[in-house]
Amino acid sequence: MATQTFRIWRGARGDGRFEAYTTEVEEGMVVLDAVHAIQATQAPDLACRWNCKAGKCGSCSAEINGHPALMCMTRLNTLPAGEPVTVEPIRTFPHVRDLVTDVSWNFEVKKRIKAFKPRPPDAPDGTWRMQQADIDRVQEFRKCIECFLCQDVCHVLRDHHKHDEFVGPRFYVYAAALEMHPLDTEDRVDELKEAHGIGYCNITKCCTKVCPEHITITDNAIIPLKERVVDRFYDPVSRLLRMFK
Amino acid sequence: MSDLPVLTHDVLVIGAGGAGLRAAIEASARGVSVGVITKSLLGKAHTVMAEGGVAAAMANVDDRDNWRVHFADTMRGGQYLNNWRMAELHARESPARVLELEAWGAVFDRTADGRILQRNFGGHRYPRLAHVGDRTGLEMIRTLQDHGVHQGIDVHMEHTVVTLLTDDGRVVGAVAYDRERGRFRVFHARAVVMATGGLGRAFRITSNSWEYTGDGYALAYEAGAALQDMEFIQFHPTGMVWPPSVRGILVTEGVRGEGGVLLNKDGRRFMFDDIPENYRSSTADDEAEGWRYVTGDKAARRPPELLTRDHVARCIMREVKAGRGSPHGGVFLDIAWIRKHLSNAPEHIKRKLPSMYHQFKQLADLDITEQPMEVGPTTHYTMGGIRVDGDTQMSTAPGLFAAGEAAAGLHGANRLGGNSLSDLIVFGKRAGEFAAAFAKQHTPGRVNDDQVRAATGHALAPFDRGTSGENPYAVQRDLQDTMQDLVGIVRNETDMKQALEHIARLRERAERVGVGGNREYNNGWHTAIDLPNLLVVSETIARAAIERKESRGAHFREDHDRKSDAFSAFNFVLQKGADGAMQVSRVPIPPMPDELKQVIEENK
Repeated sequence: MATQTFRIWRGARGDGRFEAYTTEVEEGMVVLDAVHAIQATQAPDLACRWNCKAGKCGSCSAEINGHPALMCMTRLNTLPAGEPVTVEPIRTFPHVRDLVTDVSWNFEVKKRIKAFKPRPPDAPDGTWRMQQADIDRVQEFRKCIECFLCQDVCHVLRDHHKHDEFVGPRFYVYAAALEMHPLDTEDRVDELKEAHGIGYCNITKCCTKVCPEHITITDNAIIPLKERVVDRFYDPVSRLLRMFK
Repeated sequence: MSDLPVLTHDVLVIGAGGAGLRAAIEASARGVSVGVITKSLLGKAHTVMAEGGVAAAMANVDDRDNWRVHFADTMRGGQYLNNWRMAELHARESPARVLELEAWGAVFDRTADGRILQRNFGGHRYPRLAHVGDRTGLEMIRTLQDHGVHQGIDVHMEHTVVTLLTDDGRVVGAVAYDRERGRFRVFHARAVVMATGGLGRAFRITSNSWEYTGDGYALAYEAGAALQDMEFIQFHPTGMVWPPSVRGILVTEGVRGEGGVLLNKDGRRFMFDDIPENYRSSTADDEAEGWRYVTGDKAARRPPELLTRDHVARCIMREVKAGRGSPHGGVFLDIAWIRKHLSNAPEHIKRKLPSMYHQFKQLADLDITEQPMEVGPTTHYTMGGIRVDGDTQMSTAPGLFAAGEAAAGLHGANRLGGNSLSDLIVFGKRAGEFAAAFAKQHTPGRVNDDQVRAATGHALAPFDRGTSGENPYAVQRDLQDTMQDLVGIVRNETDMKQALEHIARLRERAERVGVGGNREYNNGWHTAIDLPNLLVVSETIARAAIERKESRGAHFREDHDRKSDAFSAFNFVLQKGADGAMQVSRVPIPPMPDELKQVIEENK
């Protein structure tokens, strides 16, 4: 059986180093399989977060050979053969231990986005009517598995640490799903501009590239939200109209 | 007093999948303080893996559907061992629970006239599953999570419960540790809802993630509550079999609901070869009728691929054992064949089954719009669980409620696909409602420090033994082999008695496991702590399965391969005896009211 070397980040709270482990690999293996094999035989206390192992829960986000990806969906045969594979925690959030990062900030951010508020039901039996064509774009956003890889790669968070002023791609996708929901009556445009800092995004599309659900984050979620902000706050005609209100 | 921090909630919900979140939302809406403990991060529970849909007789697609048909379908699937009251409540209430999700922001696929679309599924007479492509579970958990975070519920993420606390038989809280730092905390509550999901990790091949170590069953059992129906483990017929690293990952029944067919290596559609008597009148005569059914012809009957999961799983096993399987020990599941009928088949498949398309493309280098998949049975679901009252979901231990997969009753001897997501919201709501009522009616119980100290002491013991102790991963692996090989899809008494001996030896090894490192996010330690739970539930499965000397629903005995009337009127109930040994008893099923008997009769 073939073997493969993995350089895995070990350590706690930012203080760490790569340690090399060599393990047997077989056809079809993904990075998470190798991490599990190393855990079971060489490093039982290796910290790693995972759940479904099928790309559906978004728990096992990591940086593999420097690229943000899900460990459970990264097959070894897609990585350069014969070279060690590096596996590190996602770097945009505080490090806990080994491959585990404290992503709780994301859960706090979500609470700050106004909840769904539907219009009154369309039918006497309390149900609504929506056409499939009108919900297709919302369903794209709702595919999000909250792996936070988009947050990890976003330079506004990663390099500029604007966590207090900017909610990140995940939450623009979330806001877009609400704003474009045919039943929703809430208005989130003011917050998007101010508290949620959408203006910091300069549409480099890194988030779209790393999304394991292939959500076109920038084009379909962020840009349309930016347009709504622009329409409200910077459109000369509506500014003029506002002066006479 | 122990010196651990104490957190107080009126209602403590353990588990944050669909049932736990729905219970928490309900309890909170009824004005009590609610805490939720979840082993993982919020929104990662196994509910996300549910693909096909949520069963509710809304009759949006076929107006012949109503709660009576759904009830009869559920009872037939469960081989009449179900708690009929739960089956009735479930069928009556699930439409309202689904509509509630829509009011909270869920975006289900639509019919042409803009209502919630419903699809066919195994064992359901009419198209009944509200769905979102093949990611219905994700839609449901995200909806509940997003609704819940605005309700003021306290969520304790990445916490694991090591014991329930009892006060004179009443459950009054729990001791848990946080994974990040390994600190213990006492959760003091007036009522506790167990919504911990299943036990798939007791088996080698499973669709379940690391979390599903039977915690809820074992914690409730240790606290004195009764379990029932533990012999009924659902082996989903279609898990991935290749490559080895993905073995067991679920392939949704939705593939068959959309027209996918099962073939052996000779290309024979073998499901037509063995159709059980009680389903013959509702099964298609030939391929043409089957196709008409999946494309919505109301006069057509369902194809045999949509028979109940236990039957499909055994037919697959039969083909494999007879040497007619696929190259890697499964059979073929082909959806690409619908090209014969649909000119836009690839687009149609990608639209209806997007995550299946990606799953196979990415993990197996296989394009399901072109090639057949290889599939085989995988441990999927526990019909049994904590014995509860049908209306209130309270267990036999006062103050302890259970909902979802953690509870027993609704599904009897076998669960229909789609009935689990509806189970979560119907009984999650009920558990939350009645737990809140219980909390309002009762003063807090006393926390017994001896119980706290015993639990934390036991949990920390693996560190004392250090790395010279048994490897926890190895013990878990050996237990999985035992259950898979000796208490799996096809069972017999000799194997299962041997399994009990193995379990006894594994328990001794589990007492000797050791871990190195410290308490901070130490997966080895977590695995060690999960072991006693896995051992308890494995023993309950084996003991109940030995006692049930017949084949019924998901439980198949090669040494008793027929259903027997002698086993049709009671459930096997398991409880911890005064001497600490596991007691198995037969508890009669209460007689069904005439009205419900009538419903079953009219839907035969």
